[in-house]
This record gives sequence, C-alpha cells and structure tokens, in this order.
Amino acid sequence: MSQLDMVVADQLKTDVPAFVAGDDVEVHYRVIEGDKERVQVFKGLVIKRKGGGIDETFTVRKISNGIGVERVFPLHSPRIAKIVKVRSGKVRRSKLYYIRNLRGKAAKIQEKR
Amino acid sequence: MRGILGKKIGMTRFFDERGNAVPATLVEAGPCIVVQIKTEEKDGYNALQLGFVDKKEKRVTRPLMGHFKKAGSDPKRILKEFRDLSLDAEVKPGDVISADVFSAGDIVKITGRSIGKGFAGVMKRHGFSGGPKTHGQGDRWRAPGSIGQSATPNRVIKGIRMAGRKGNKRVTIRNVKVLKVIADKNLLLVEGGIPGSKNSIVEIRG
Repeated sequence: MSQLDMVVADQLKTDVPAFVAGDDVEVHYRVIEGDKERVQVFKGLVIKRKGGGIDETFTVRKISNGIGVERVFPLHSPRIAKIVKVRSGKVRRSKLYYIRNLRGKAAKIQEKR
Repeated sequence: MRGILGKKIGMTRFFDERGNAVPATLVEAGPCIVVQIKTEEKDGYNALQLGFVDKKEKRVTRPLMGHFKKAGSDPKRILKEFRDLSLDAEVKPGDVISADVFSAGDIVKITGRSIGKGFAGVMKRHGFSGGPKTHGQGDRWRAPGSIGQSATPNRVIKGIRMAGRKGNKRVTIRNVKVLKVIADKNLLLVEGGIPGSKNSIVEIRG
C-alpha cells in the first residue's frame, strides 16, 4: 500500500453495498443545520462511479418536479449515513450520460434479473 | 519554534471532524539529525543545522565526513539551518528530531522551491487579462498592453511586470494546518497544497 493510501485508510468505509451505474439507490445524507442534524434521502439512478480509494465519488440523478437533478457524493464521506440499493438495472456501459438526453419512457432502465 | 525537514509525497483528501472533504498534502517529515548547533557566542547567531535523507559514505568528501562524524551522524544529503530553533529540552548534536514535534491542529509555515514554469508570458506569470479576442484584434490575445507613457518620462518605469521566468523560487506558505501526524512512520498530513513537486524537500516551521 502506498503511503498516500495508508494515511487515509482508516477513513475508508467498509459497509458500502456493492452498486454500479444503472442501479437505483437511496442515499441517506446527514444535513447539519446550526447544531441540529437530520437525515435527508436522495433517491435516484446512479449514472457513474469515478475515482478510487478515498477519492471515489458517484453521481445520482433523479427527476425532481420535471427537472433533472444530479448530485455527486464522495463515496467515503462521513456525511453519508447509509446507502441503500433499491434496484439493479441492466445497462451496457459504465457511464450513463446518454440518459440526460432522454425523457419519460425512453429514460427507463430495465431491471436486471 | 519547532522545525523539521520533509519530503513532499503527494496529495489526497481528508474528511475532517465535521465531515467536510479537505484537500491535503502528505509530507514525510524526518527523522532529522541535529548535525551542528550554532550559538550566539561562537557563530553570531543561534541555529540548529539539521540533516535529512541518507547519503552513501563514498559520495561524501572527507572534510564533510568529518563534520558528520563530529555529531555522530550518518552522512546526509540535505543540510539546512533553522534559526532560533528551540526544542523543549537541551539538544545535543546527534539528536534525532521526528515528526512528533508537531501534533494535529498545529499551524505551521512550509517553505519549498516552487515548480519551475520556464519563460512565461504576463497572463500566466502575473495574471493579466490579455487583450480583446474579437473586434478585429487577432494578434493581441495574450499581450501585456501598455507598459508606460510617452515622451514623459521617456522610459519604462523599473519593476513593471513583464514576461519572464516563472516559478523555481523559494516560496513560503503560512497558516498551514496540520491535519494528522503518524509518528511511527514520520508522516505529516497538512491542509491544502504546498510548494514544489513530489519528492521535493520542504522545510516545516511551527
């Protein structure tokens, strides 16, 4: 292990469920307002996973009130309380950027069985 | 004041206690050996000379080897002085200074030699905005603009910022926060970027 990996090894999460682009996930994100803390759920389609080690991030896309919203989360962020995989999708590539140009039924991803 | 020599290893990210991702630089700091102690009476100023990174004995000249032997130290590649460096207890030549002189949360200064950029124009070197890109001015995109007046003063004022060598200079950044210390591996993780390339030598003062 390189020195760079070693120094942040204790910050890596071990309880991250296996998920890939195409899956639907719920991200339970801790929001800190003043001295209060609550958990917000962001549910949508994973369109990419990027980077490795502590630098790994993933992007979740959802349609909110008819507008596409994407959020990038650092995978190992302590602000993420938990990640729940809701459904696994059948896709043929690792980055689903093409979804952005599709609407409605065309933007649906088949479930993998 | 405390000080140590280190080698820049690279950058990563660090999640702080609030969960924010902070950019961080890893430095291998020490172990450094006190090679010489300079005193007010003898040398006119107080300083500690620290040695860092081992060097093969056959590559050391005999006079320099004598200098290391006096301190009971192995030959070192880097020798640097830290002025007015007072460590808690009495320091003797041959003492080892390791990364644990610092602890997480300390504010330090880091000095290094910045990456050389060669001959650079004013946009890159001084952050000028360049000329207009449109309206028929095709050849003034990166030009510096006016460098002074006309018949009075009839010369260019000294110190006008122009193109030239950028980087490869001694740079100190202040108010650098230490995020983490791994004493047994002599590693320091500090917040943000620091001058120099990977494997370059930096001085850390706190």
